[in-house]
Amino acid sequence: MNYLLFRRKAVNFTMLGLTGVCTFFAVGVLVFILGYLFVHGAASLNWNFFTKLPTPVGETGGGMANAIVGSAKLLMIAMLIGVPIGFLAGVYLAEFGGGAMSFIIRYVTDLLNGVPSIVIGIFAYTVIVLPQKHFSAWAGGLALGVMMIPIAVRSSEEFLRAVPSSLREGSMALGASKAKAIFTVVIPAAKNGIITGVMLNLARVAGETAPLLFTSFSNRYWSEGLAQPTAALPVMIFTYAIAPYEDWHQQAWSAGFVLLTLVLSVNVIARLILARNRHIAR
Amino acid sequence: MTPIQQPSSEVKMPVPSGEPPAQSPAVSAGEAKISATDLNFHYGSFKALHGISMHIYANKVTAFIGPSGCGKSTFLRTLNRMNETVRGTRVDGRILLDGENIFDLEVSGLRRRVGMVFQRSNPFPKSIFDNVAYGIRINGMASSRAELRDGVESSLRRSALWDEVKDKLTQSAYGLSGGQQQRLCIARALAVNPEVLLLDEPCSALDPIATAKIEDLIFQLKDSCTIVIVTHNMQQAARVADNTGFFLLGRLIEFDSTTVIFKNPAKKETEDYVTGRFG
Repeated sequence: MNYLLFRRKAVNFTMLGLTGVCTFFAVGVLVFILGYLFVHGAASLNWNFFTKLPTPVGETGGGMANAIVGSAKLLMIAMLIGVPIGFLAGVYLAEFGGGAMSFIIRYVTDLLNGVPSIVIGIFAYTVIVLPQKHFSAWAGGLALGVMMIPIAVRSSEEFLRAVPSSLREGSMALGASKAKAIFTVVIPAAKNGIITGVMLNLARVAGETAPLLFTSFSNRYWSEGLAQPTAALPVMIFTYAIAPYEDWHQQAWSAGFVLLTLVLSVNVIARLILARNRHIAR
Repeated sequence: MTPIQQPSSEVKMPVPSGEPPAQSPAVSAGEAKISATDLNFHYGSFKALHGISMHIYANKVTAFIGPSGCGKSTFLRTLNRMNETVRGTRVDGRILLDGENIFDLEVSGLRRRVGMVFQRSNPFPKSIFDNVAYGIRINGMASSRAELRDGVESSLRRSALWDEVKDKLTQSAYGLSGGQQQRLCIARALAVNPEVLLLDEPCSALDPIATAKIEDLIFQLKDSCTIVIVTHNMQQAARVADNTGFFLLGRLIEFDSTTVIFKNPAKKETEDYVTGRFG
């Protein structure tokens, strides 16, 4: 009896301990990355990082202002491509689609979501870089925009579906056409969710490196307009981290810290917006 | 399929056109606002309405009673063609609104003339003002900001909600109580000046006090519009309606003045239902 009791308690203790340790590791990874980046990155982070161009090899100081602006440009193009296409396709799926056609569209978007980012990079390379014979922000933005489409479709669809159909009926009972009901009642009701989806989507592609390597390439100087090779933070991190110079490694840490902070802040803000507006979708 | 009806007593009813359904002389009549003739309705292969023929009279309250699934709500939703928003539905027969076949009318115009309030209040996630203003705006019924304001105020007054909300018009409609939300939905429907107001069990989610307020409202509104109400609550039908139709299994069993339906119904099924023997 005592032995059985002891065994039960021992098993309980072991398993509880094991799950606890694994949970600790699961959470610990993020804390570790954050801490490590903070120690290495924040230490050498200074105002120059945000305002100065990269310096030539051997010269210390300088920053990544061009990469920050470049990332912003790429994300802007990506948003202009990915969000309208994804959002309107989501409207179609949620409000008009049905049956086999919707099934196929959903299936294809899920497949697109699974396409490796490097392959999407090749697509943008073939469509824009090869014909133009030079790298450009357009090509990088297209690659990121295509990557945004599947998530934009599914998140828009999901948030539109969460709007109770009684609101559509209420609107149409007042003489609104279906399209008018969708644009004046359903989309406004789902607006916060959709915006949140766009923010999370942007945060996700902001860290993409592979599709940019051969589309927007990189640039050690300011790139004018959108038709020149353009620097982006993730690509800069890659280039600087594998370079044999100690101060470049420092810059890579700083860039990593800045990128992670931006992505995490967007995530946290998006989730706060979502939590605050949860009651809309009753 | 001939509709089951009261025995004909050859009363001349003022009907715009079409053959008048035979009808009891006790019916509180007047000018027929809506006339349905041999109306059949299908959800896919299921036939939900069998040859409904009846008149709905102007400035009267007409109640539809019957057990769940009897087709009363389906019939109500045919009157403003809301059923068309459901896939796989089919309707045949004729419904005249002031003598015009509603299936020939432009559907948004019809729905503006025949307003509807639903079982569960469904205010839009907008301010109280914007909720009431919605119909006026989408139908382009106000030419100025002042006119819009007047329209909203008069609708809220007509739905007896003005005094409760006049100081918080810009607040979210979701802050109102259930009964207030339902009256807001009535105000929203009234804002486009409908000729007919369809109420689909408007009080089923409300407490007795909120219900009493809505019933008072129905009395006041019948001067300015024709009201059709679907209700599960027989006392409510007895209190508010001039005429009552009893539906069973997709058929209109009996249509007569409310007094006759509740005191002296002609059909056994009606008597069984109103006396609580089934349903």
